[in-house]
Amino acid sequence: MIVSNYLAKRFEELKQRSEAALIAYLMAGDPDLSRTLEYARALEAGGADVLELGAPFSDPIADGPVLEEAAQRALRQGVHLQDVLHIVRELRKSSTMPIVLLSYYNPILRLGEESFARRCSEANIDGVIIPDLPMEEAASWVNQARKYGLARVFYATPETDNERVRKICECSSGFLYLVSRYGTTGAREALAETAIPLLERVRPLLPSDLQLAVGFGISTRPQIESVVRAGADGVIVASAVVARIAEGITPEALSAYARDLKEATKRSRPNLSNR
Amino acid sequence: MAISSASKPSVLTPKLAELPREGKFGEFGGQFVPEILMPALQALEKDYLTIKTQARFQNELKSLRADYCGRPTPLYFAKRLSEHAEGVQIYLKREDLLHGGSHSVNNALGQALLARELQRRRVICATGSGEHGLSTAMVCALLGLQAEIYMGATDMERQKTNVEQMKLLRARVHVVTRGSQTFKDATNEALRDWVTHVKDTYYLIGSSVGPHPYPMIVRDFQRVIGDEIKGQLLRRGQRLPDLLVAAVGQGGSAIGTFFPFGQDEKVRFLGVEAAEAASLTQGTVGVLHGAKTYLLQDEHGQLQPTRSLAAELDYAAVGPEHAFYKKSGRAEYIAVSSDEALEGFRLLAELEGILPALEAAHAIYAGVQRAKKLKRDQIIVITLSGRGEKDLKVIYDRQQLSGQAI
Repeated sequence: MIVSNYLAKRFEELKQRSEAALIAYLMAGDPDLSRTLEYARALEAGGADVLELGAPFSDPIADGPVLEEAAQRALRQGVHLQDVLHIVRELRKSSTMPIVLLSYYNPILRLGEESFARRCSEANIDGVIIPDLPMEEAASWVNQARKYGLARVFYATPETDNERVRKICECSSGFLYLVSRYGTTGAREALAETAIPLLERVRPLLPSDLQLAVGFGISTRPQIESVVRAGADGVIVASAVVARIAEGITPEALSAYARDLKEATKRSRPNLSNR
Repeated sequence: MAISSASKPSVLTPKLAELPREGKFGEFGGQFVPEILMPALQALEKDYLTIKTQARFQNELKSLRADYCGRPTPLYFAKRLSEHAEGVQIYLKREDLLHGGSHSVNNALGQALLARELQRRRVICATGSGEHGLSTAMVCALLGLQAEIYMGATDMERQKTNVEQMKLLRARVHVVTRGSQTFKDATNEALRDWVTHVKDTYYLIGSSVGPHPYPMIVRDFQRVIGDEIKGQLLRRGQRLPDLLVAAVGQGGSAIGTFFPFGQDEKVRFLGVEAAEAASLTQGTVGVLHGAKTYLLQDEHGQLQPTRSLAAELDYAAVGPEHAFYKKSGRAEYIAVSSDEALEGFRLLAELEGILPALEAAHAIYAGVQRAKKLKRDQIIVITLSGRGEKDLKVIYDRQQLSGQAI
């Protein structure tokens, strides 16, 4: 099986350093493509380990208002899936940061699963997340992603029982995206009550080559410290980044924000030798 | 895939049509939803298939359909409309006479009973014209459930009376100001509510759309329309109809009309879309709101805005079973413009003394046009899915705008 190099390598390096990955999200084309590139470089400079790059969709049902409005802004710029692939190629000229692309299924279907997978691979994208494609509908996608060496990132949620988690892990590669709470994307002040018990439940079910990244509602150092302490291999910060961009944050200030969050991923981690 | 896209209707075994295989009608349907909803959908399918076989459930449904909703609805022979259409026999299935004024209550009642069986006291829904919202508010009041209704700001403006009625029925109405502020956006919001409250909330989908098992559940509760048509014609000593005509927005009343005749190969189906939101006649295959079906989308897979005068037809997708009927050739779908629908409205008002809902007016217009091409002894049944009072403001505004009398 081909595993995306940048992603697997990055997780391996982080493991050596006892750090979790800071996975930061950008909506491609918000506020425009050139600034998405600037912000991506700023996140990398600030220490973000993985870039999760969103492709805009008109009807993003898993997203809260912050990401939906970002998608609307990007769509008004005329940004579509092809443009997202294009800026990844641009970014790759100067960066080896692992990149996972997030797109709702319909734009992928429109392009064709195989054509999409091929283009992702050509652009050196490491993995793909499709929020409205559960494993039951993903058989052909999993084959294409395998063929083109893309990590297949699926979700597990507080509703997903252990048996289902195991099945999802079988389809997955790269990392498993753990949805920390009920609801849509969006920053919250406190970590959801569901987050830590879920992490502790799912952690032992993972095969050793699959990482566990926690997202939904995470935006602060204490939240990151908690989930890292509970065994997360990565944390995903999305709406908090996008909200700052909507407020016109400078790339330098975004770097500083990433640097601050990155510190929180470096705390002492549990002994993982029992995995 | 159990049914190839090229299958002829005769290949459709009743069993297969009854229960979609792996949640699909041919290649259409399915469960394209966030992971957090999958366990709930799987549980709903299992529970529904159990509950629907229980005599107690069926008896209560039957009794409330009769005494609360007013079923069976008449199958009315529209003599003057038939004469206008040059002699073909046109029957109207009078779903407009139901409690609440539309076919929506058939489904809302069935699903609200299901919600109560599943011990979900909080019920959410999205509504376009407000008919489904109104029906949901009514049955939730009846069964002591809390209704939360999502409705686009544009739709609230054009369907004010329905909104007022919902509020009087103690439903909470949430105005949706995102996106195009119509049914598609209301559905997005309802789905977001559901992912947040999936543990204690029942999502009462108003038509044969959405992820499996909803298209099947809604069709099962709406098939009473077609079942009654069949029985009523046969009791009159009539034969089966030559043509069934129904408006298709999301497709609930149409699938309820067509489905019981699925195996009667001589009965043809005509689904009538709004030309301004014609996903079946002008759309391409894609995935929206949990199902693979025909969509109005651009070349990048983004959904396109729709602009029908009839709120309930104003939707960029359509129920997956209709997508299957279209691709397999079992049903024919055509599009009728808002102006043509107003002509249908005028005809029914002037010839039969009935004000149809704008949605149904599309079917009336198409039915009459088609009737003119048929032989004199043929039988057409048009589903009159709702009454027209809710649309008077829209019609009046349009009249003002064009400076014409309707």
